Amino acid sequence: MDYKEIIARYDGKVGGIIEAYHALLREFSYLPEEAIAEAARVFKLSTAEAYGIATFYSMFSVEARGKNVVRICESAPCHVAGAADVVAALERELGIKMGESTADGKFALEFTECVGQCQATPVITINGKPYLDVSPAQIPAIIAEYK
Amino acid sequence: MAEEMRIVLRNYGKIDPLKIDDYLAQGGYKSLEKARAMNTADLIAEVKKSNLRGRGGAGFNCGMKWSFAAGAQAEQKYVICNADEGEPGTYKDRLIMENDPHTLIEGMAICAYAIGATQGYIYLRGEYPFLVSTLNTAINQAKEKGLVKDFDIEVRSGAGAYVCGEETALIESIEGKRGEPRFKPPYPPSEGLWSKPTIVNNVETFANIPVIIEKGADWYAGIGNPAYPGTKVFTLTGDINNRTFFEVPTSTTIREIVFQFGGGIPGGKKFKAVQIGGTSGAFIPEALLDTPVAFDSMSAIGATLGSGATFVIDESRDIVDVATRIAGFFEHESCGKCAPCREGTARTAELMEKINEGRGSNKDVALLEKLGTVMSYSCLCGLGQAAPAPVLTTIKHFKADYEAKFV
Repeated sequence: MDYKEIIARYDGKVGGIIEAYHALLREFSYLPEEAIAEAARVFKLSTAEAYGIATFYSMFSVEARGKNVVRICESAPCHVAGAADVVAALERELGIKMGESTADGKFALEFTECVGQCQATPVITINGKPYLDVSPAQIPAIIAEYK
Repeated sequence: MAEEMRIVLRNYGKIDPLKIDDYLAQGGYKSLEKARAMNTADLIAEVKKSNLRGRGGAGFNCGMKWSFAAGAQAEQKYVICNADEGEPGTYKDRLIMENDPHTLIEGMAICAYAIGATQGYIYLRGEYPFLVSTLNTAINQAKEKGLVKDFDIEVRSGAGAYVCGEETALIESIEGKRGEPRFKPPYPPSEGLWSKPTIVNNVETFANIPVIIEKGADWYAGIGNPAYPGTKVFTLTGDINNRTFFEVPTSTTIREIVFQFGGGIPGGKKFKAVQIGGTSGAFIPEALLDTPVAFDSMSAIGATLGSGATFVIDESRDIVDVATRIAGFFEHESCGKCAPCREGTARTAELMEKINEGRGSNKDVALLEKLGTVMSYSCLCGLGQAAPAPVLTTIKHFKADYEAKFV
């Protein structure tokens, strides 16, 4: 769907720019520059303000990134549960470093803080879906679901 | 021997969260009906008398807060549920919303009636996208049954900003802005969302309301610690046998949480420290474990109850390394609006890294103590004020671990 159509669905929703950004993210995985400018117009903000909102929140990216966003929690409970080994497994499986995207545009790999699934650490999320008690050995199979 | 007592998790595992009839069969929405038959002043007096204090971390008397919004004159008022639980190690609000969304809606509707609000918002953390439909289903069911009548609730999603758990930052975010905290006063009950009187309560706080109305203020005030009555949900993480959650009266001690409910430390290792309340909580040593978890008892030992997140570390862990990791978290999450927090969290992280890498000295520790003390009273919001706590308390209780890192 066109970014203009996505944003138009939130026109008139007071304070709805963040909801519009979430909808854009679901479609594009990041916020393209022209979409931010369009959101500014629709929500009657300056482009600077719309950009300021886009860069404030860690889930929004203003740079193009892989379609499927893989995030691994680096908060203390996951940290002590061995998140570092899972990070290594993810980097190995995807052939990229943390903060990078795969060349085919399919995956982005990012750190996140706590995602609230601490009964089963370490935790990763893919496009917001949590995977619990993740071990390095499980990583190839989990990633394969999105290939 | 302390025992579990479920108030906010009373329906956990007993009902299908997507079926309102299940909730109704447990007596659901009867409290809303009862509340609506009371005049609002009596209703607020009842909540006040229960001495329910906010479960989001600040511990303010809930009924008192409501009375400020009820007394404010305005054509529009708002009720907001703070479902932005971002404290690492915390998932209690998710448990409530995932398993019993109607208890939250009922609590919010009672508040709306008490203060005269017709619009509510649930500010749901961005990490819980799968709960949007659960909450919307519950809201629609309550609407269709005519239970919440003239009260509308909209779910708004956060987008990954820890600071948005602070109520004025949260309000800014619902308004569609950067989630930066406001200067206070004015407080939200007089000027909140779109400058209208607004009540912001935590999920767990709202979940207590229907039961208080059903069983009465006196019943509730008699549970647990008299100064902070009721129950609290704890979520256990780290080096602990039972990585789970439970709800206990507030008279329960930290030792009972860790060793009885938590089952102690795995692998025959010794306990080193426990951090309660989330990542901004104090690290508590063995000697203070007999403290009750109630708000004021925790304050008295320089700790906080906070969200009830309980992070245990055993003797094999490097506590300075853990505190360094936490300092990095605050540097990342500081919103940058006020200088003491923006600069303070960055310098704290820098000093901690220096010490952790073996390049530090007593001078750096003294600097950290001074900086942390200044931050605790000069930062604009709770984030910056609480950020130094893990560093300050590890210095206080585990000084030898710091000294072992010196060159």
